[in-house]
Amino acid sequence: MIDYTSASIDFSLLGPEIAVLAAAFLILITGYVKSLGKLSPAVALIGLVTALFLSLNQWGDQSSGFFGMVTCDNFGSSFKIIFIIIAILTLLMAHRYLSQKSLNRPEFYALLNISVMGMMVMANSTDLVVMFLGLEIMSLPLYVMAGMARRSPESNEAGIKYFVMGAFASAFLLMGIAFVYGASGTTDLRRLVTDYHYIAGNFKLYLYSGVAMILIGFGFKVGAVPFHSWIPDVYQGAPTPVTAFFSVGPKAAGFAVMLRLFAFGFSYIGLLSDVFWVLAVLTMTIGNIVALKQDNIKRMLAYSSIAHAGYILVALAVGGNSAVSTAMFYLVAYSLFNTGAFAVLILLETRTGCKSNFSELPGFGKAHPYLSSILALFMFALSGFPPTVGFFGKFYLFSAAVKSGFIWLAVIGVMNSFVSVYYYLRVVKVSFFDKPEVSFVPVSFSPAIILVLLITVVGTLWLGLFPQQLLEISQAAIFAFL
Amino acid sequence: MVPISAYLIVGVALFAIGTVGVLVSRNMIVLLMSVELMLNAANLCLITFSRSQNIMDGHAFVFLVLTIAAAEAAVGLAMVITLYRNRETINIDRFNLLKW
Repeated sequence: MIDYTSASIDFSLLGPEIAVLAAAFLILITGYVKSLGKLSPAVALIGLVTALFLSLNQWGDQSSGFFGMVTCDNFGSSFKIIFIIIAILTLLMAHRYLSQKSLNRPEFYALLNISVMGMMVMANSTDLVVMFLGLEIMSLPLYVMAGMARRSPESNEAGIKYFVMGAFASAFLLMGIAFVYGASGTTDLRRLVTDYHYIAGNFKLYLYSGVAMILIGFGFKVGAVPFHSWIPDVYQGAPTPVTAFFSVGPKAAGFAVMLRLFAFGFSYIGLLSDVFWVLAVLTMTIGNIVALKQDNIKRMLAYSSIAHAGYILVALAVGGNSAVSTAMFYLVAYSLFNTGAFAVLILLETRTGCKSNFSELPGFGKAHPYLSSILALFMFALSGFPPTVGFFGKFYLFSAAVKSGFIWLAVIGVMNSFVSVYYYLRVVKVSFFDKPEVSFVPVSFSPAIILVLLITVVGTLWLGLFPQQLLEISQAAIFAFL
Repeated sequence: MVPISAYLIVGVALFAIGTVGVLVSRNMIVLLMSVELMLNAANLCLITFSRSQNIMDGHAFVFLVLTIAAAEAAVGLAMVITLYRNRETINIDRFNLLKW
């Protein structure tokens, strides 16, 4: 495992992580002084923005340190940038929602930062043990954030369900890592790739069972279908800004690790492609079909996030550099419009007693023509209409599949997106055309959430009109991968 | 000398018991204990592999995992307590406000 060529202890490799963590600790120390506690969102924001600049600086750097435990490459730094942007958007959305529901405690911002730090560690490593450590650093704050509304039984339930499933999944993951370690004597992916052909006999069996258990562990984390049962409950029960964060942040982190592990580290196991084929088809289809009959928008978006995980799994089934870069493109696109959709839901939920059921939507189109058109735009993006970035995400993904000969997979994917149009457009239909029974209580805006909407709308449309640049960046990101 | 496979069989058996425990137990505390059992089964496997190949990394990882398991137990128990305050039960069949 020890790669002596990279034994340098160079803390600049961990710059972004340290910045985010320092902000989190500062919040934890100062949060109990009332006047300083009010500053905690600003402190968290400063930490995140510093980390953003530090990771932008790391772009183009290919180095590893800490005995091969930390690897800095374009893949890692681009994912770090994605996580930080998601966290900044969440922070901007959360502030007023949390103060309205009297949940605005300094700890939330500290937990958010710690969780982002865990994601960065995950994306930044080629060592299985460090990946596991990062996953736990990411997950433990998330469990607390899901159950943060202490007085709300729904939030408690969401937290406990997430905790049980998450802990169960990490146990599988750890067992898988133990078996891979047993088979190869190393946990470093680079060593695993080079040593693969020397693994023989019984050890091959260990390796396969280990990889299977790692797959189960990450299947839980990203919500692939046999392991998806917790997602709808957790998404519905958690406070909405936290749900917005869940639906993109941990998912992107899980896929970052999965792409590194399965598209590169274990790519020599030929059977994996078939396994991902089945997983992708199941995940897309079940996610989309169950989403059809939901009457809560958060729950519908939960199933839709399962379906989107299925689309990204297509890239893993296809494998190879070009497919992985399209998966990355899709993750960026999905993070943008999904966060935007949740921002609108958060605005709707700041009215008293709203739980984002479909029945609360009628009259929305008339009361807020602009805001409801923004929601409609995000729904179009989620279902993959041009000229939004959702269209190009799906287009690149499925054309990569067709190019590598996975024609049936692409066909099933496209058919699934047609199914998804029904439930996404139901949101548009209900908010514009249904007759309201009671008059629609207007929504009040805050500057922070207008900024979030602005960023996500401009991003969705701009990248939808000019997707080339992002595609080139994502291709550069996976160049010289391990 | 006890063969390696014996240790591995114990490890896998403990893991299986833990998995079954998570799936069938209705009590939150038993559930937490089962998860801990699964993590410790993985620890046992790590140590076995590490000893059998004379690479001591596995021993260090076990300490890492023990720390993580402790943190997980702390978070889990705290959540069980908040849940008990609201609902006066820790039977997971009763947690059905959201369709499970």
